[in-house]
Amino acid sequence: MADHAIDPRSLLPPDEPVHLLDPDGTLHEDDDHPLELDDEQLRELYRFMVVTRKVDREAINLQRQGQLGVYASCMGQEAAQVGSAYALAEDDWIFPSYRELGAALVRKVDAAGLLHLYRGTWLSDHDPYAHNFALMSIPIGTQALHATGLAMGAQRDGNAIAVITYFGDGGTSEGDPHEAMTFAGVMRSPVIFFVQNNQYAISVPLEKQTAAPTLAHKAVGYGMPGYRVDGNDVLATYAVTKRAVERARRGEGPAFIEAMTYRMEAHTTSDDPSRYRTQEELDEAAKTDPIARMRNLLTQRDLYDEELEQAIDEQAKETAAYVRAGIYDASHGDPLELFEHVYVDPTGHFEDQREQLRAELASSADGDGEEVA
Amino acid sequence: MAITMAQAINAALRDAMEADDRVLIFGEDVGRLGGVFRVTDGLQATFGEERCFDTPLAESGIIGTAIGLAMYGFRPVPEMQFDGFTYPAFEQIVSHLAKMPNRSRGTVKLPVTVRIPYGGGIGAVEHHSESPEAYWAHTAGLKVMTPGTPEDGYAMMREAIAMDDPVIFLEPKRRYWMKSDAELPITTQPAREAVVRREGTDVSVFCYGPMVRTALEAADAAADEGWSLEVVDLRSLSPLDTATMVASVERTGRAIVVHEAAMTLGMGAEIAARIQERAFYHLEAPVLRATGYDTPYPPAKLEEFWLPDVDRILDMVERSMSY
Repeated sequence: MADHAIDPRSLLPPDEPVHLLDPDGTLHEDDDHPLELDDEQLRELYRFMVVTRKVDREAINLQRQGQLGVYASCMGQEAAQVGSAYALAEDDWIFPSYRELGAALVRKVDAAGLLHLYRGTWLSDHDPYAHNFALMSIPIGTQALHATGLAMGAQRDGNAIAVITYFGDGGTSEGDPHEAMTFAGVMRSPVIFFVQNNQYAISVPLEKQTAAPTLAHKAVGYGMPGYRVDGNDVLATYAVTKRAVERARRGEGPAFIEAMTYRMEAHTTSDDPSRYRTQEELDEAAKTDPIARMRNLLTQRDLYDEELEQAIDEQAKETAAYVRAGIYDASHGDPLELFEHVYVDPTGHFEDQREQLRAELASSADGDGEEVA
Repeated sequence: MAITMAQAINAALRDAMEADDRVLIFGEDVGRLGGVFRVTDGLQATFGEERCFDTPLAESGIIGTAIGLAMYGFRPVPEMQFDGFTYPAFEQIVSHLAKMPNRSRGTVKLPVTVRIPYGGGIGAVEHHSESPEAYWAHTAGLKVMTPGTPEDGYAMMREAIAMDDPVIFLEPKRRYWMKSDAELPITTQPAREAVVRREGTDVSVFCYGPMVRTALEAADAAADEGWSLEVVDLRSLSPLDTATMVASVERTGRAIVVHEAAMTLGMGAEIAARIQERAFYHLEAPVLRATGYDTPYPPAKLEEFWLPDVDRILDMVERSMSY
């Protein structure tokens, strides 16, 4: 049950977002946010971001070539996603929206499988239980409730896992995240509500989304701490998320993290951002690029050399090629699968309709000899 | 000892919780209070707050967290306190509860039973007497059941909870106090099968939930007029037992559908369509409907003029017989 004796000031976000890594690669160690990352892990964080950007770009290209119907890019948000997902243990769960390619890659989810949603071959093509990575959720913020429910289940099972759910600045205006945070607060459920504040909900800027001092201030109303972090700083994002995750695993309840970032690409490939933001603004945002600053850190520490660059480049290309191979001209499969998973136990009229489609497929195959699958 | 439908459903919940420790009951006021209709009475005392618990007052939250709990491996039985308050949960029910198993290619199963007291006839204030069954029956991925007797209240609830498909379980609130001498536990026919409650030769009356008793009363009254009504309790609204409906019409040649919900695009429209598709040559008269009117649900003092009753059913019987 919620602890109403809690001092609300203890839940307030810091005046400035937590920031550890400058764009030039200078690292400011912070005792409140210990990193405890070895050199290999620093390299790995960098590698995940580079691969994410490459696959993201490949997806945009695939869309432009007519291979995907639409795609929602995460360019610019790699640190927010990679840093937060990297703070989780294998048995923790992730409930994404539809923009979390970076988090998915950290979880080793099959990226080509994810993109079937955007190709329209199927609505998803990965097993959520294989990676504790839920299906992408398109209705804004609705997944926050699924995350909370799963966390409530873990609590009842005595299973000390944490659950993270991603949504955006626009999502904070929806009802479901509000209800999710209310439930998680009351039940002290181990959920991290991770908001990537990328400044825009399609075209609507943050100041038209909320009158709250910051999004993180909203956390106080749900009785959970509100953290703010530089979401383009992969190390700060990692450290802040890790603190929230450990807290949740210890049974100390949910937390809200506002990661300040910027969506460098359009909302989706169907969007035209030139109608609502300027080139100057984009140029300014590019200076805070999450990948460049991590490379600067690695270089300063002699952790970055040509060999590493080549290896990472190779892996990025391989993953992108794998995605391309999985998506390019991918067949929609058997139309009868439309009926396959709707019910565990289908009956009656439903079966009649399945037979109707089967007959239509058979007659079109007989009639004009066209391939149907 | 006689039991009411509310007690029968309560017993079903209790026995389901006893049989499977993954069954969870939650919603507004279902814990300490035992539900506003006392359908969850005593469950928290027996099974504890972990398994029967009160939630914040947020219907979308109740269904959304039920989905997450089911993903974890629980068998949630959330309650929507009243029919008219399910609408905040509409998105979670339609966009996720119904669709996620399909979206996941069957890897995610959502064995959730959503309990909803529904329908009118109890003199309630606005939003407490609605019949939203067509929304759910129209939604692929959901099963929709509604018991018309205390026996079915018990047996269909046990069946719903044991199912791996999501079920919308509509409880006819005006029949919560309807009594039966049945001994529990009891097994009835599988929910997918419609049941002929009374055999007859002149007109088939298709009904469900709260209207089963009304239709049986109409059959008694019709007998005095010399008309023999066959009363068919549909029990499951999705899927619909088309075969039993058609077999009945083949015997009688006439059909009337009765439901509280407003007429337009209600269950009656679908039932009439299926009957004319499959029993066209057996029909002696058009399929008729005795339903609520296409107005918002009326204020309590006017509901007797709005709800279908014995007289409205008999008017339709007379019309059907006049062909």
